[in-house]
Amino acid sequence: MPAPTAPPETAGAAVPAGRAPARPRPAARRRAAALFLLLPALVALGVFFVLPLLDIVMRSFTDPEPGAGNYLSLFTDGYTLRVLGRTLLVALIVTVAGVLLAYPYAYMMTLASPTTRAVMVTVVLVPFWTSMLARNFAWMVLMQDGGVVQGLLSLVGLNGVRLLGTTTGVAVSMIQVLLPFMVLPMYSVMQQIDRRLLLAGQSLGASRLSSFRKVYLPLSLPGIVSGASLVFVLALGFYVTPALLGSPQGALIAQVIAVRTRELLDFGGAGALGVFILVVTLISLGVSRRLAGSGAASGAAHVMAGGGGR
Amino acid sequence: MSATTAGGGRIELTDLCKRYGSGPLVVDHVSIDIAPGEFITLLGPSGSGKTTTLNMIAGFTDITSGSIKLGGRDIAPLPPHRREFGMVFQNYALFPHMTVAQNVAFPLRERKVPKAETARRVEETLRLVDLEGMGGRRPDELSGGQQQRVALARAVVFSPSVLLLDEPLSALDRKLRQSLQQEIKRLHQELKLTFVFVTHDQDEAMSLSDRIAVFNAGRVERIGTPADLYRDPGTRFVARFLGESNLFPGRLRPGGVYEWAGHKWAVPDADGTPAGRDLIVRPERLRLAATPGEVPDGANSIAATVTTLSFQGTHQRAELDYGDGSTGSAVLPPDATDGIRAGGRVTAYWDPAHQVLVTPPAEAAPASAAPDPRTIKENA
Repeated sequence: MPAPTAPPETAGAAVPAGRAPARPRPAARRRAAALFLLLPALVALGVFFVLPLLDIVMRSFTDPEPGAGNYLSLFTDGYTLRVLGRTLLVALIVTVAGVLLAYPYAYMMTLASPTTRAVMVTVVLVPFWTSMLARNFAWMVLMQDGGVVQGLLSLVGLNGVRLLGTTTGVAVSMIQVLLPFMVLPMYSVMQQIDRRLLLAGQSLGASRLSSFRKVYLPLSLPGIVSGASLVFVLALGFYVTPALLGSPQGALIAQVIAVRTRELLDFGGAGALGVFILVVTLISLGVSRRLAGSGAASGAAHVMAGGGGR
Repeated sequence: MSATTAGGGRIELTDLCKRYGSGPLVVDHVSIDIAPGEFITLLGPSGSGKTTTLNMIAGFTDITSGSIKLGGRDIAPLPPHRREFGMVFQNYALFPHMTVAQNVAFPLRERKVPKAETARRVEETLRLVDLEGMGGRRPDELSGGQQQRVALARAVVFSPSVLLLDEPLSALDRKLRQSLQQEIKRLHQELKLTFVFVTHDQDEAMSLSDRIAVFNAGRVERIGTPADLYRDPGTRFVARFLGESNLFPGRLRPGGVYEWAGHKWAVPDADGTPAGRDLIVRPERLRLAATPGEVPDGANSIAATVTTLSFQGTHQRAELDYGDGSTGSAVLPPDATDGIRAGGRVTAYWDPAHQVLVTPPAEAAPASAAPDPRTIKENA
């Protein structure tokens, strides 16, 4: 499975740090103490994350036989590449739709009164707090043939729109659950923008719209980039949602990995897929870091660390 | 719309009012006629309506009633970007994602000025505010004073006819504030624009303005040149807001006599009906005598205790206690210390020509001995 975004750096950090000596410490000893504080987390990460990852990488090159065969077949078996393409496309659509939905929402949050803002945050966080299975089964009920969503769509003349079992349905559900990951980084950037800059723009001859486009939008870009990269990376690894709401024909990469490990016992091939997704993830994080300055990617991670829904 | 207006614009505010919802009038029938090229300051404490008035001129706040005219044309319906005013904000409001040069070029780009001319004017304007060669910097690489100069440059680069300044110096420390005051004054003289300057700082208002409009509770309490307002404040509010004074809230009696707390003073040019008035004497008009015998004939006087005497280089300052809990101050020449020392009794006196009667706030006028006559310095 692909790696979660933010390593849980603080896991088990609450470890007694020994007794503080009465005399002042030289810098070197302080550094040693700092390392000592990091040790539990480093050990946990090493044992439970780095070593298994190395094992996966090893196996992808050795299982069933040494060589780059697993990787070559990714690009040559005709099937995997299609799944990879579909996964990237779904992640992209979810990201773009998420930006379009979240940007105005986060913007309104900066204008709202504190009470309204609290309500808005709660609304956007509800799917994040709901159990993954409950949420997905709820979507199944809503999207089923003759269900609420179809009923609503037929009211406006769109008859027979199928969502359950389609990639569209999967994308809709993913957008819903990933929205907080988009809204919160955007909001945290936007709330720091001084709205008087918009007035300054207008006083200098820019219309409201032009002032927004040339002043506010560029200043809110780091929020867009960090939200988008977070959502894109999380969307690449979604497993339960496509498994329940999608179809085997429209499988995404995580499902293929699951099938290979659990049913075909092809650990090498599954490992190669996982490594490939990891590389794509790192590349997209690197790109977003470049786009929005170094603070953005880590800023997003700190807003919402924890790979909530897969 | 190339904006090469020569000289300043005339702004006429007529019965300008602002009310939020069904609340009270925040700006209450403000009428000011601002002459082309004039440097006018809207001075007042916070909440007095001066900033709201400026925002209505700028177009950021809708007017409730009244009119705003620029050069005879009603501009109240125009959005801010059509009003062609330069504006300088309290917090500079520089665009943090643009360089200094891009900031200054912004109004020209919005006006579709050709590239070569934009570059020339940006450079010229940066030179005007002593920031040559800083065009490539980011705003956050500049000091507060430099940032405000960039803001000034950005606000004048498109040759507006009016420059609006909203407490532009209040975020700076005292020393920088003084040097930027000079800068603003110089810009006003060189560019010959109309400046509308909002501040709560009386010293700033006094040293910069051609005229000051003193705001109180949404109204213009008084308008005039700094010297006029200082010499003849007219009301207690203005007297307290502009400079310090020894203030005696007593009563004008028939026959040119002023009475406060048992003291009787001559008011040679008494006019108007006997009524509650404040008599004020500015500290630099007050003289101190060690004994009552030294008081010249014809002077008004009052006994006082010197609470502190402090040497200030160019002058000395005596804090005075008139009894009854009322205090005041006097400014003395640096070497005049004969018989005057902290803790000593003196007689404070003044030429009646140097006293001014002002109106106390309506209905609050005390009939006789008032509880708190004091010297006020309000420039917080």
